[in-house]
Amino acid sequence: MATEAHAAEGATGYIIHHLTPLHVGEGFWTLHLDTLFFSAVLGGLFIWFFKRAAEKATSEVPGLVQAFAEMLIEFVDTQVKDSFHGHSKLIAPLALTIFCWVFLWNFMDLFPVDILPLIGSMMGIEYLRVVPSTDLNATFAMSISVFFLIIFYSIKIKGAWGFAKELMFQPFGPWLLPFNLLLKLVEEIAKPISLALRLFGNLYAGELIFILIALLPWTIQPFLSFPWAIFHILIITLQAFIFMVLTIVYLSMAHEDH
Amino acid sequence: MSINATLIGQMITFALLVWFTMKYIWPPLFDSLEERRKKIAEGLAQAEKGQEEMRLAEKKAKGVLKEAKEQSSEIVSLAQKRANELVEESKDAAKKEGDRMILVAQAQIEQEMQKAREDLRQEVARLAMTAAEQILGAEIDQAKHQEIISKVSNQL
Repeated sequence: MATEAHAAEGATGYIIHHLTPLHVGEGFWTLHLDTLFFSAVLGGLFIWFFKRAAEKATSEVPGLVQAFAEMLIEFVDTQVKDSFHGHSKLIAPLALTIFCWVFLWNFMDLFPVDILPLIGSMMGIEYLRVVPSTDLNATFAMSISVFFLIIFYSIKIKGAWGFAKELMFQPFGPWLLPFNLLLKLVEEIAKPISLALRLFGNLYAGELIFILIALLPWTIQPFLSFPWAIFHILIITLQAFIFMVLTIVYLSMAHEDH
Repeated sequence: MSINATLIGQMITFALLVWFTMKYIWPPLFDSLEERRKKIAEGLAQAEKGQEEMRLAEKKAKGVLKEAKEQSSEIVSLAQKRANELVEESKDAAKKEGDRMILVAQAQIEQEMQKAREDLRQEVARLAMTAAEQILGAEIDQAKHQEIISKVSNQL
């Protein structure tokens, strides 16, 4: 009985340990150092790769790095052109950044769950959560930034009054103003929340399953973690893609004047 | 699992990344893509133009060839005509020459015959003279007999 309880304690402890971020500070002013560190490193990786491609950019026959960067650029540009029918210098680079950054965040999920925390513990770091997208702060930071951009462009394109009119008089006309306002506010606020929670939920669940697989005997582990990892390659790409496409769609909606 | 200041830090990182991408990454790569697209389009247009030109050149070449053929056949027919003429002319000339040669030969033959006849006549006359001399065996007046002999030889 006691050993069982201890085992349960051990499993729970293992899971909790894996899901606890490396943090400093108290209350709101807590900083998740691992999230900040890994997302900054991955952002740096993204910038470094594309900067290298951009520096050597030539309209002649492209090198391997440039070809890969251009493939991504074309891919993002196609997505933007498909749903956004205005002129904006921001949207395409924004979409590219989101796609690559989120993809790299998610990619951290494919590292074996214990390896980086193990290295961390060797260096005296007690807690280490390596996947930034399993941190609500990271996903919300991105989706709230997008939300600010939505508000900014709505006001810039339609004017403050135009945006307010859209909030108040649609979709049911001026006679149902309070109802319209409520509906519209919910609609607007649902955008960043759904963006952030979708990404967080998928990756958090995925990470949790990797952790649970890691609790099983090692003879079984490969047969479960291998298919799950392969399936996860799809998920991490898909989630990055969804975040990007929805950002483009929301911003193009903000640009549309009714 | 709580929302805290990490959010702000992440937003700053995100803003920096987006700014950097917008400023230094997207424009050069996108421009190079556009430029290459333009180059390819130009290349294709040029190829199209080249093909069109080739088609025109082919057409022109065909025209020239046809003209040359016509000219050559004209030349050939002219040459044939000329050759026929030449053959006719040479035939005529040969015929004339032949006629002339025949005439000359006939004249010569005539002359030869005349001469032979003359010779013969003189020979006969001389023979007759000798015969007569021997037959007569007498002296003969050379002048008187010469007259007779020439009279006889003229009759021959």
